[in-house]
Amino acid sequence: MNDGQVRICQRCHERPAEVHFSKVVNGEKSDRYLCEQCAREEGAFHFVLGPQFSMQHVLGGLIGQAGFPGNRGTAADALRCPTCGYSYREFAETGRLGCDRCYEAFQAELNPLILRLHGRAQHRGKVPARSGKELYARRELERLREQMADAVKREAFEEAAQIRDKIRQLEGGSADAPRV
Amino acid sequence: MHPGFSQWMSGTGPESEIVLSSRIRLARNLAGIPFPHRMSEEQGRAMLERVEAAIQSLNPGWHMTFRRLTELTALERQVLMEKHLVSPQLIQEPVRFEAVALDDREGISIMVNEEDHLRIQVLMPGLQLEEAWQIANRVDDMLEQHLDYAFDETRGYLTAWPTNLGTGLRASVMLHLPALVMTRQAPQVFTTLAQLGMVVRGLYGEGSEALGNIFQISNQVSLGLTEEELIHNLAVVAQQIVGREKNARDHLKGSAGIALADRVGRAWGILTNARVMTSDEALKLLSDVKLGADLGLMDGALPYTFPQLTLMTRPSFLQVEAGHELAPEERDRMRANTLREHLAGKR
Ligand SMILES: [Zn+2]
Ligand SMILES: [Zn+2]
Repeated sequence: MNDGQVRICQRCHERPAEVHFSKVVNGEKSDRYLCEQCAREEGAFHFVLGPQFSMQHVLGGLIGQAGFPGNRGTAADALRCPTCGYSYREFAETGRLGCDRCYEAFQAELNPLILRLHGRAQHRGKVPARSGKELYARRELERLREQMADAVKREAFEEAAQIRDKIRQLEGGSADAPRV
Repeated sequence: MHPGFSQWMSGTGPESEIVLSSRIRLARNLAGIPFPHRMSEEQGRAMLERVEAAIQSLNPGWHMTFRRLTELTALERQVLMEKHLVSPQLIQEPVRFEAVALDDREGISIMVNEEDHLRIQVLMPGLQLEEAWQIANRVDDMLEQHLDYAFDETRGYLTAWPTNLGTGLRASVMLHLPALVMTRQAPQVFTTLAQLGMVVRGLYGEGSEALGNIFQISNQVSLGLTEEELIHNLAVVAQQIVGREKNARDHLKGSAGIALADRVGRAWGILTNARVMTSDEALKLLSDVKLGADLGLMDGALPYTFPQLTLMTRPSFLQVEAGHELAPEERDRMRANTLREHLAGKR
């Protein structure tokens, strides 16, 4: 616009451009000339594209908030994970943890935050076959018991008996499993 | 590392006119070892060795190739990102002990020592989230036989960011939505998506702009729902956006037929005649031409798919093709030449 020419908005190709954006991504400079209206609309657009960009700010914001359930002031700040040495302070600043054991070390502070982030606190998804062997077996038992109850309701007693045998077989593996 | 096209760019699969690709990513970590940003040099190297051994167990059946990023040039690393096979975070300088394992079709990509120890990613063309999950799940099962994952019954898979906790799953679709942008419906659609717990990003993920009217939509929440539920929810949302984009396209074709054909024709004219072109301009024009091809406003089909053409204009891909580094002005000339040759030469 410094060459005396009137630039036309690159978005609507109608109104004169009044706003100039310039950015460099991977060494490539790009210029954008927009009219005021288009600049506003794109601004609104970027706002929508924005939230993920600042996930750590969201986290940071939550943690720093007065009345946030995890806030324990200076006491929490002094917490450290015994496994990796990461401090709660560092987590509060970055939103990132130091190791898997940090989740235990900071659980009083983290649990409300997790609930707030996900709206739920209990994992219901996949369970790894080795590290989650016990849980896997327990879930399988639950599933079979539901199936058996359903079979009984439908008066499919033969099917129910078959499921019961499967349950007994599974329970054979762990001594303290409740009997059906 | 050959710079060619990946299988996911084939332009096939359900709804592939609008859904460019479907992606499943699983975040996994090993128990008792600091996350990558807290690792010592020694722990980082040890992790690479453990994971490499585990990945080798997928061979010969899965045709995986394991590459340490330190063995690749900066340009080769950037091409991997331009092909969406690795995240921008993985190739952040300086690279230390990051690695990526790719299958020969470049549909499976396992990132090592990114923000989590492992990120298993499966990319497929079109709307195929369920199919991609099946594959990622099997790869995960096989790796878990060799690796002790950090997992707890309440929190699920433990991740560096609490935002990935639980399933560690991020499902996403890459959508081409030119008509929603032209009819100015996009901001409203995305506001609704945010309310549904979905995240919208640009072409290269976090913080990137929606260049070429390309948007990535993914789940925000990862804990408390099953993988199937999370994937189903995203698939339903994607299908709805596809429906709205189709409506907007019909509307544009009906109410602005000439203006649209003119815009497409002009884009084609510039793409096949220009001598200098920036990557942003190329992407914008390719988006117009792709829309034109979808709506039958072009004589015949494009010789390459939209993702292939997009990749051909990316800065690092161009330089690897050229065989050496290029200054930005040289790149802009080579980009224009490549497009003229590949678009006009075959028409
Ligand atoms: Zn304007
Ligand atoms: Zn820790």
